[in-house]
Amino acid sequence: MFASLAGVLFDGVAYGMLLFLLSVGLSVTLGMMNFVNLAHCSLAMVGGYVTVSLTNRYGWPFVAALPMAFLAAAAVALVLERTLYRRLYRASDLDQCLFTIGIVFISIAVYAWFYGTVVQSAPTPSYLRGSVELFGMSFAAYRLFLIALGLAVAIVLVAALEYTRFGAQVRAAVDNQRMARGLGIDVDRAFMITFALGGGLAGLGGAAAIEIVGLDHAFALNYLVYVLIVVAVGGLGSIGGSFAAALLLGVSDMAGKYYFPWLGAFLIYLVMVALLMWRPVGLFARR
Amino acid sequence: MRPLEAAFWAATLLPFVVTPSYLALASQVAITALFALSLDLILGYAGIVSLGHAAYFGFGAYTAGLLSKHDFGEPLTGLVLAAIAAGLLGYVTSHLIVRFRHLALIMLTLGLGLLLAEAANSASWLTGGADGLQGVKTAPLLGFKFDLYGRTAYAYSLAVLFLLFLVARRIIHSPFGLALRGIRENARRMPAIGAPSLAHLRKVYTIAAVMAGAAGALLTQTTSTVSLEVLSFGRSADVLVILILGGAGRLYGGIVGAIIYMVARDQFASMNPQYWYFWVGLLLVAVVLFLPNGVLGGLSALYKRPE
Amino acid sequence: MLRMIAAAALLLPFAAAAQQTIKIGMINVLSGQFADAGAQMDNGAKTYMKMHGDSVAGKKIEIIRRDVGGPNPDVAKRHAQELVVRDKVDLLAGFLLTPNALAAADVSAEAKRFMVVMNAATSIIIAKSPYMIRTSVTLPQVMETFGTWAATKGGLKQNYTMVTDYGPGHDAEAAFASAFKTAGGTIVGSVRFPVANPDFSAFVQRAKDLAPESIYVFIPGGAQPAALGKAFAERGIDKKKTKILGSGETTAEAALKSMGDAGLDIITAWHYDYKLDNPLNREFVRVFSEMHGRNPDFFSIGGYDGMHAIYETLKKTEGNTDGEAMIAAAKGLKWQSPRGPMSIDPQTRDVVQDVYIRRVQKVGDEYVNVPFDKISAVKDPAGERRKQQKQ
Repeated sequence: MFASLAGVLFDGVAYGMLLFLLSVGLSVTLGMMNFVNLAHCSLAMVGGYVTVSLTNRYGWPFVAALPMAFLAAAAVALVLERTLYRRLYRASDLDQCLFTIGIVFISIAVYAWFYGTVVQSAPTPSYLRGSVELFGMSFAAYRLFLIALGLAVAIVLVAALEYTRFGAQVRAAVDNQRMARGLGIDVDRAFMITFALGGGLAGLGGAAAIEIVGLDHAFALNYLVYVLIVVAVGGLGSIGGSFAAALLLGVSDMAGKYYFPWLGAFLIYLVMVALLMWRPVGLFARR
Repeated sequence: MRPLEAAFWAATLLPFVVTPSYLALASQVAITALFALSLDLILGYAGIVSLGHAAYFGFGAYTAGLLSKHDFGEPLTGLVLAAIAAGLLGYVTSHLIVRFRHLALIMLTLGLGLLLAEAANSASWLTGGADGLQGVKTAPLLGFKFDLYGRTAYAYSLAVLFLLFLVARRIIHSPFGLALRGIRENARRMPAIGAPSLAHLRKVYTIAAVMAGAAGALLTQTTSTVSLEVLSFGRSADVLVILILGGAGRLYGGIVGAIIYMVARDQFASMNPQYWYFWVGLLLVAVVLFLPNGVLGGLSALYKRPE
Repeated sequence: MLRMIAAAALLLPFAAAAQQTIKIGMINVLSGQFADAGAQMDNGAKTYMKMHGDSVAGKKIEIIRRDVGGPNPDVAKRHAQELVVRDKVDLLAGFLLTPNALAAADVSAEAKRFMVVMNAATSIIIAKSPYMIRTSVTLPQVMETFGTWAATKGGLKQNYTMVTDYGPGHDAEAAFASAFKTAGGTIVGSVRFPVANPDFSAFVQRAKDLAPESIYVFIPGGAQPAALGKAFAERGIDKKKTKILGSGETTAEAALKSMGDAGLDIITAWHYDYKLDNPLNREFVRVFSEMHGRNPDFFSIGGYDGMHAIYETLKKTEGNTDGEAMIAAAKGLKWQSPRGPMSIDPQTRDVVQDVYIRRVQKVGDEYVNVPFDKISAVKDPAGERRKQQKQ
């Protein structure tokens, strides 16, 4: 009983970390500039495909490919923001949705063109395969790695946001953009950097997700719903909120599947609906 | 009705003579246009952004399908009953939906839509599950068989679209429609001037569900098929894209959006069956950049500019 | 000289008339989640035409491709209608997914057009149009066979079933479980996964808690098989003690590559694998991978044999594409396929073929489905039951 509970918790936390990595960037940029970027998962795919290319074609070790996934996705995010997205900050939410869905469609076709439609995988090193014995229980090595990665990213993000000057600017911009501008904060620049960071984190998430869910051209649409759920439940612009929401959804999804498999498909949506009815602005909304 | 409008509706008859081999597509465009029009009522006029509107479309589609499966294939009664069933679902869910705004609203509509889709998948004894509902046979419409060319299908879909369009037009121009726009612009102020906001929103949400259900029933009856796809997130997202593309908050936005989106998709997909997504994506991006607020919104801005 | 040119010009229209085209409307899924399967099916058809030329019975074969984008029967039906009335196709082919095949079957029946199902595997499809044949596989054909095999030759007495919670999953579960029980086995438990399921750990843990002698799995192809295989490994299921049984999707080439050692010893029943060792298959795989830069899979063989059935039927009718003539000629067709001997049942019009029982082994540095048993000339048992009910 205890072992199974611990196992379910462990898997749920690992799954939650994946959701956290994929969605935290969207939460912050949405909260900051009110910019609805539905193409967030297309950025995750940049990271994923870079990892696939580096490991399979150029023989890079998986772990070394991860930083490159981050950098590549961040670079693409930066270019996208500078060339296209910045024209749309004043546009209506609906136009932003339409535009970014257009980007998703284009990206799907481009990925299918270059990588084909087959599900891609990236070889992981032997120490990340199989399971590890700890306290008399076996834990999947890759999931341990995921949890460590997620925790590390969360700690770095919170520290950077709380203790750096740039972090203070971002917090100010999320809380009240007009006031922040009035105080002389360069909100556009802060947004640009945040957007690149958010894209990079998505890229990292996309790379880390390959081992768990695989990667194909339809990823950008298939995972959009999960990412939106995490963002909405967590509350816009809140790293802590995204973290808590991702954990909660990951664990409840796993526990639901284990204890009530007939509810499996419903549970994540039921939890979301219940949480949003309880707290419409999200668990830790900044506004 | 203004001359331009009359010309538009007269033009909808052209496919019968000009492109008689495209009537099956034309029929599905008309159905999608009706679906988009119903979304426009809540999104464009009442500010309720929904990512789960397929729930009502699909509920109507399955109601019509189940009726015809159980030897009740007369299309007109099936259409009315399906629309009522979807309206009931809309009325029940509206109590939950209208209390929320912004992201929570979008996600709640999404959540409810996905829950219904999952339920339909689980209840395969009723819905036929992933294989789709079997044994749907639509009886002839007033003696006209649903033919391979899609003549009956298009005439039927177009007639229902036109009638419900007139209804929607009437609603928009009524005091009720005006109150809705007031709520959209400022939800807090309306109760102060004596308009019961939430009741109004529930009412329009129910009306929109009725129309979406009618659209779903039309799809079932004109194709004699129903599958889980009618309830899918994809269909909800598509209709939202179509409405924004055409221009939300304009009566013709959904119709124009449906024509552009579906014809473009059909043409791109037959030219390039594997990578047509690219061209559709490019179309959406271009519309936002050059015609903000949808095709109709952008065009009317261009038209007004010289003054 | 001039006279010769004039004569040639006069003859040209006749030459063109002699070299008429036969149009095939290929309704497939080429975008979206199922695009890869659709592409592989299409590649199989293309490979056949490359290997056997693009004309048959003196007529040129022209394929008109349409994308349905997923399980959308309304779109599939519309394409079928348009192909028949606008493009004037002579026959319909393709059909990756069951709902699409069922919807187009109405059109085939009404317009009396020959129709070839190259993949969709739900048994009932074939009954929906009298002009239809199938060249892929049916779920009961493989899964009932597998259930019987597992309880008899496989020597298994207990099984736990894990299937995806959708139509084909339910059918596969029912087919395997009923055959397994009829042959003396017991089903100790079962679970169904949600369709969009990214992570299988919780379900595998449930199965492991019961410590069954064997686990039967049915999931759609794509990213899920690898995820499931890894979950088995991570949860520490010893495949020597707990036998894992599955369908060909579970151990498809990409899944095996992604699973690595985690895939070893999975036992599957299926009708085709690109590693099947016979001269026809070696040639097919060679041409296929030259053309498309990858190996064929069971979707490809459905497309390949579908084209073969069309070619052979047209040869028999001497190019006559009338629905009645074609279905009469197609009934009872027999041929040697890269998958082995196969035929079209003259009564049910469904596919008859061998079912291979395979085990995943490491051959060199590749993971391969190695066949170690075979059940010959299997008919679709569900179709046979329908036939008996009618009589």
